Amino acid sequence: MELTERHVEGLKHLLYKMADDLLIIGHRNSEWTGMGPILEEDIAFSSMAQDKIGQSLAIYSILHEMGEQEPDTVAFTRNASSFHCSQLVEQPIGEYDFSLVRHFLYDYADAIRFDMLSNSIFEPLAMVCKKFRGELKYHTMHANIWIKDLAEGNEESKTRIQNALNKAYPMALSLFEPSEFDKELSEAEIFSGEDECRTIWEKEVGAVILEAGLEIPQVSDTEEYYGGRSGKHTEHLQPLLDEMTEVFQIDPTADW
Amino acid sequence: MDPEIPTISIVDLGIVTGIDIEPDAVKITLTPTFSGCPALKIMEEMVAEKLNKENIKNEVITSFEKQWNTNMISEKGLEALKKHGLAPPPRHKGYVELDVLSDTPCPLCNSRNTTMQTPFGPTLCRSMHYCKNCLNGFEGFKPVS
Repeated sequence: MELTERHVEGLKHLLYKMADDLLIIGHRNSEWTGMGPILEEDIAFSSMAQDKIGQSLAIYSILHEMGEQEPDTVAFTRNASSFHCSQLVEQPIGEYDFSLVRHFLYDYADAIRFDMLSNSIFEPLAMVCKKFRGELKYHTMHANIWIKDLAEGNEESKTRIQNALNKAYPMALSLFEPSEFDKELSEAEIFSGEDECRTIWEKEVGAVILEAGLEIPQVSDTEEYYGGRSGKHTEHLQPLLDEMTEVFQIDPTADW
Repeated sequence: MDPEIPTISIVDLGIVTGIDIEPDAVKITLTPTFSGCPALKIMEEMVAEKLNKENIKNEVITSFEKQWNTNMISEKGLEALKKHGLAPPPRHKGYVELDVLSDTPCPLCNSRNTTMQTPFGPTLCRSMHYCKNCLNGFEGFKPVS
């Protein structure tokens, strides 16, 4: 099938939001390096950070092949308002309970998205998503183990996980903010859309939450954290970008 | 040889997915084990350097066209991993059930009386385990589909 200009525009929007989510959550995960509550968790968050940033590079590379700028330029020279990441990923790491629950909610969403996109007619994206799927299994496995263990730990650990869930769950809905391109991308069999992604996600994370003996948070305003996809961000993103690009900005043309 | 696991060659690891001999150059295609693997760039350079030494014009690229999975590791490769102290990944039929990690055979004493400590290890491709038989910690090479 021939891609129209509108399809290409929609695809780029999809690729940017995915890659930006991965880069920013990757950076947040890396903030646990050297700070993890136990050594294994330090390594886990650092490893996941490495996966995320590798995956973002692969998607920025596809964008580059579609005429966008070099991955490093795209990652390191944009301001917050040009980023398309969701408001979930830019939130500070907080305490370990928040980071863990965010990782659980985020990685289920990505696993589902990658699975859906493995069948995309847009081959370059389908190929990388097939690859990412296998990697994501270890992320969701890690999340499952800890959510369950902490929910079944003691009163304090259970309360902390439930509170973190109550805070992060409404934010996670921002991952599925619909885009104006959803319908056309779905018709063209490029991506079946945010709504479908969210339906599967609610079912899958809901099952884990209930099995762990926790409650699925009720969300009154599902659109509270929308806006990230069109560059509307919380006050947390720009300081993250300033820190992430600090070394790059000293000499943007340096050869590494 | 893999820069992080020096007992295995990249051919036995299964990451060389294409060798095209063209009139003016040899084109080598590699596929990443993990998208975030930092050794990838080094491996590209090692392949190019080796060919340059033989005065063979070359182009080394990385492509996701063929996605790597652990079934692409040769029998010799699995032995080489074990020699390095890593439990080799079990063969799979296109889909990995992560339950297999819970009783990974110990590369030191071959016992299956083991437990997985964490799915993340010193590199992206390794998980960490403990053997309840010989009481040693060991690392496993993660199965990937």
